[in-house]
Amino acid sequence: MSELPELRPTDALAADERRELIASMRPEDAEPVPELHEVDVPPELRERMETAMSRYPQLRSASIPALWAVQRHYGWCSPDGIRQAAAVMGVTPGYLESVATFYDLFHTKPQGRHQVLVCHNISCWMRGADRLLEAFCDAAGVDPAEAEHGGASSADGEFYVKGFECLGACDIAPMASINETYVGPLEEADAATAVEQLRSGAEALPEKALERRPAAGGTEPSPDPRVAEVERG
Amino acid sequence: MLFRQVDEPGLASIETYRRLGGYRALERAYRELDPQDLLMGLEDSGLRGRGGAGFSMGKKAGFLPRGDMEKYLCCNADESEPGTFKDRELMQKNPHQLVEGCLIAAHAAGARYAFIFIRGEYWEIADILDRAVAEAYEAGLAGENILGTGCAVDLVVHRGAGAYICGEETALLDSLEGKRGNPRLKPPFPAIQGLYGGPTLINNVETLSNVPHIVNNGADWFKGFGTEQSPGTKVVSVSGCVQRPGNYEIELGMPAREIVEGLAGGPPDGRKVKAWFPGGSSAPVLEDAELDLPYSFEAMAEAGSMLGSGAIIVADETVSIPELALRTARFYQHESCGKCTPCREGTNWTVKMLERVATGDATPMDLDIIASVQENIIGHCLCVLGDSMAMPIGSMVKRFRVEFEEHIERARMEGPAPFHLQPAELPAAVSA
Repeated sequence: MSELPELRPTDALAADERRELIASMRPEDAEPVPELHEVDVPPELRERMETAMSRYPQLRSASIPALWAVQRHYGWCSPDGIRQAAAVMGVTPGYLESVATFYDLFHTKPQGRHQVLVCHNISCWMRGADRLLEAFCDAAGVDPAEAEHGGASSADGEFYVKGFECLGACDIAPMASINETYVGPLEEADAATAVEQLRSGAEALPEKALERRPAAGGTEPSPDPRVAEVERG
Repeated sequence: MLFRQVDEPGLASIETYRRLGGYRALERAYRELDPQDLLMGLEDSGLRGRGGAGFSMGKKAGFLPRGDMEKYLCCNADESEPGTFKDRELMQKNPHQLVEGCLIAAHAAGARYAFIFIRGEYWEIADILDRAVAEAYEAGLAGENILGTGCAVDLVVHRGAGAYICGEETALLDSLEGKRGNPRLKPPFPAIQGLYGGPTLINNVETLSNVPHIVNNGADWFKGFGTEQSPGTKVVSVSGCVQRPGNYEIELGMPAREIVEGLAGGPPDGRKVKAWFPGGSSAPVLEDAELDLPYSFEAMAEAGSMLGSGAIIVADETVSIPELALRTARFYQHESCGKCTPCREGTNWTVKMLERVATGDATPMDLDIIASVQENIIGHCLCVLGDSMAMPIGSMVKRFRVEFEEHIERARMEGPAPFHLQPAELPAAVSA
């Protein structure tokens, strides 16, 4: 890849600087679809992308699965990873980058190893999500203001904490998604426990995992005779 | 109906599901019924979409053009409406019910491909669905030559990557095509021109989960539940200031108070309900007196709100409405895709004005401006995301204007302190 000039936000440019910049852009400078021999894509990553591509009637549908594969492999959607995916899929890296930046769960910057998403939407907020998010930030060493607005990683690179929009688990509010496993309802003290468990390589708060929770209302048979009739078959 | 046997151990496995009568409807649909009869049956049942809009499922399927062309079925499992978690539990506990529903609906619609678009945050749930789909393939219930009938339907679980807007049907299609999830201009509606330009039927998880039961028991049986215009049962997600938050399957038409105070236990410590969202955070808020209304599509619409996704969020007396409004608005500001100006700018300015309310820098005139901004969003965008903020915020300013004014005055007098009313300590959710 050729050397990129230093990038500045276009908002910070003066009008004539901006005009000059636009005039300097030529279509032929846009990065083309990389050839497969130009990138060094790990075989298992390539296989995962190709499997995804085979599942859809049209190749482009695999762009989100391919980006997931990149993120799983490198820990984030790195420019190199995106370029590899672009080569395998036969699209431009710019295209995949536009997709990656749209979705909240794709990281276009490196982030901490363990991902903690704390739901701070209204149902969880009414049950104390703000204090829970702060407790996670304290325990993991993450700046709470940054975590609340867009997510932040700890200095040691171990944790990424983010105040997230509704995760769809208001029945266990306040809750968090720790390394993609839902846990709740949580108390502030659980944050320190979870961080400790993750540091020692253990599963976080296994006793509070969503999958171990029965449905509300319990296992009683339906009192409605019409349903009961069908159940008897 | 949908939740029966929900806590049966191993229900997520195909053996248990079949032992309890699962996939009988699929056999019937593929072996005995013509797709046209299936569609008729679904339309007769009066099943209304459970995703939010409440449109008749059979009618929607009927819009698909006939003839030989590539058609698609999409199951919308991008459940992102704040307060909604019914689809999550339906998929987690009974994934085969949805798989069966998708395969039957695909047969009825004449679709060769069926997709379940599940939000990326539900990674563990998507794993459960993946296993269920693999089991269905192994049992010869999906893929090529289903049950030896020569019919073929491929079912793919597609994980999203975190965007509320992808629950909007045309944004979902764009996202499934591998693009940024921006809504499209309608018409053409997806039933005419949807995924890859082909006719596409899009239905919510709960809607499709109802399909096997209708095929098994008939439209008349289904109409025996609920009200005339809202037949069937509804899974209601109750959350917020209640003692037993969770999913409850009810008959439509049940008084809302019985759901909130009966099933979910009402607010703790004898506190009163101050405001409640009847259908996710996009629905205009109602007050305590309106809990006596029957919970149905038509009664909620008459009260000036909507049943939406069936997510009841309860705020009790300790909750500050101005802060609730700010939280709600921030969510939509964050999730606006930015395509249409009224939504992109409207959500931004609403948040800024509500922040001014919070710090006491606002004047009562700002409340009028907030209200007028909301009015100018509604109906002016490609999709309803902007409306989804405008409706609840507009209703909060209208119903609780005095509280907003008092808050501004207090913040002005006492300095730009954060909200005074903090949510009181609530007991941790009581496990069911």
